[in-house]
Amino acid sequence: MVRAHRPTDLGGDRVTLSAQLALQLGTLDLHADLDVRPGELLALLGPNGAGKSTVLRCLAGLALIDSGRIAIDGTVVDDPSADVFVEPEQRPIGFVFQNYLLFEHMSVLENVAYGLRARKTPKVEARRIAREWLERVGLADYADQRPRALSGGQAQRAALARALATNPRLLLLDEPLAALDAGTRGSVRRDLRQHLETFDGMRILVTHDPVDAYALADRVAILDAGRIVQVGTLAEVTAHPRSRYVADLVGVNLVTGNVTDGVLTTAAGAHVVIADALPGSSFAVIRPPSIALVREPAVGSSARNTWSGTIADIDRLGDRVRVGIDSQLPLIAEITVAALDALQLRPGDEIHATVKATDIEVYPA
Amino acid sequence: MSSRRRRGRRVGLPVPVLALAVVAVVFFALPLIGLLWRAPWSNAWHYLTQDEALTALRLSMVCSLWATGLSIVFGVPLAWLLARVEFPGRGMVRALCTLSMVLPPVVGGVALFFALGRRGIVGQYLDRWFGVTLPFTTAAVVIAQTFVAMPFLVITVEAALRQLDGRVEDASRTLGASRWYTFRRVTMPAIRPALVAGAVLAWARALGEFGATITFAGNFPGTTQTMPLAVYLSLETNPEEAIILALVLIAISFAVLVGLRDRWFGRTDRPISGVTA
Repeated sequence: MVRAHRPTDLGGDRVTLSAQLALQLGTLDLHADLDVRPGELLALLGPNGAGKSTVLRCLAGLALIDSGRIAIDGTVVDDPSADVFVEPEQRPIGFVFQNYLLFEHMSVLENVAYGLRARKTPKVEARRIAREWLERVGLADYADQRPRALSGGQAQRAALARALATNPRLLLLDEPLAALDAGTRGSVRRDLRQHLETFDGMRILVTHDPVDAYALADRVAILDAGRIVQVGTLAEVTAHPRSRYVADLVGVNLVTGNVTDGVLTTAAGAHVVIADALPGSSFAVIRPPSIALVREPAVGSSARNTWSGTIADIDRLGDRVRVGIDSQLPLIAEITVAALDALQLRPGDEIHATVKATDIEVYPA
Repeated sequence: MSSRRRRGRRVGLPVPVLALAVVAVVFFALPLIGLLWRAPWSNAWHYLTQDEALTALRLSMVCSLWATGLSIVFGVPLAWLLARVEFPGRGMVRALCTLSMVLPPVVGGVALFFALGRRGIVGQYLDRWFGVTLPFTTAAVVIAQTFVAMPFLVITVEAALRQLDGRVEDASRTLGASRWYTFRRVTMPAIRPALVAGAVLAWARALGEFGATITFAGNFPGTTQTMPLAVYLSLETNPEEAIILALVLIAISFAVLVGLRDRWFGRTDRPISGVTA
């Protein structure tokens, strides 16, 4: 009935994940291709509702894909066109759920031993291995306690130990830090990083917090509205955002449009003069501090771009002020408090935003 | 205790609600007091130790426990089917399987007779092929009791299964457990309080069953005469005995309900550990 997966005879460094997922689930239209390299930790970063958890559920076999193909370790585990579907219990995976989902009616030790018992490991042996795992994650003293007695960080470590005790090749972590309060998150993140580093298999971490991705991941994949819009290291991704989501995370203005003769034209018809770029569909990043605000349109300015609009909102962040501007090209500008006072800006005021062409970074879409 | 009283005063109980609640309590207490008041205490021991009473009591216990057991064996899978599997006509099936809760038990007994009686749709083959005749046997008592009692277990367990976070079962699957292993080791323990509550309700209903039993199983001392039937019969001949037998039935039911109260009313749903860290 239950066949224990024994991947140990395969070299850990050859193990890969290749997944092409397509499915329709309610309002979610998911089309995502993922490749995870041997021993890599890939963070799946995106806003709520983007389909991040659904991707994990597909990989685990808890959700069915409509089309596509998932191969772990060279073994196809889901391929609707070939009528292949491997049940979750026969996939070489470990899953750490968002709220950890420890079994409340069992002791912490029994929780960690559960996967081994389900795979027909003799009880004594299963308990010995489980105890080793509890020691490794620093929970040996809690072996006989109920999960209810654990703090959030401890419960997370217990869930991690439970998932790793069966020796999976692919570890899936669904928002492992989201259930914790801000005070403990930092130390739990450090712990998690330490424990994840000792695991040599592939790991996929789902998160909506870029700090998690920065601290834990080798590469990030940005999932937005069911599509993977960008993959790379976090530095690469944030340097050249390719989605509104990442631009907002980094705090820059992202403009998409078509470049002809040194001018980028947006879908709304706004024009952005740029210094140098190849023609074609492009992204342009305008950093908020590079935008100057003036009451009267400047005459004889070196700034090649001026957009006129009204002030939508004003947010003070320490000694900086972020000013949202409604215009044909919606922008966020960052000015000093002194500038705000000098200009006497109020929401609804007419304003002109100027930017030098050389301050705009452009790259192909 | 004192803090609880103080809290009650501070919250301020709404007087009309309290008054109506007291009326409800009195409504349930009065008939019992009536029985206790009219009970022939001096002869109680005599009636209780009569062979007929003891036989009926024993039969009631055996049959109601069998009915409870059958309700668990068939009712839990039925509840699981209704809670977890989406199929066309599920609402109809649920209504069908709980119909006997609202059906007059006598009608249920007659219906069982037409189904399982000697000339019933299934009963005629049981008779012809196996020589089995169900009506007017102890088995018929168990069947009649199961028929009216099982829905209580089914609706209780179904509600618990619906409330259970299905992701806990998902977690079990990802750890290498088959569906069946998950059902035994995760699902069942998680719904145990509801299972106990449902089993107690079903058992209590089976113990008090009268109408379906008398129409389908008849009233034969030693084989089909359960306590409720004995009470009814002795009301005609010896009302004093009827009161004593009724009180015994009440005492047993009462003891079980009080003993298991915490199991189903005292349970509070706790948050999953980690969420409230």
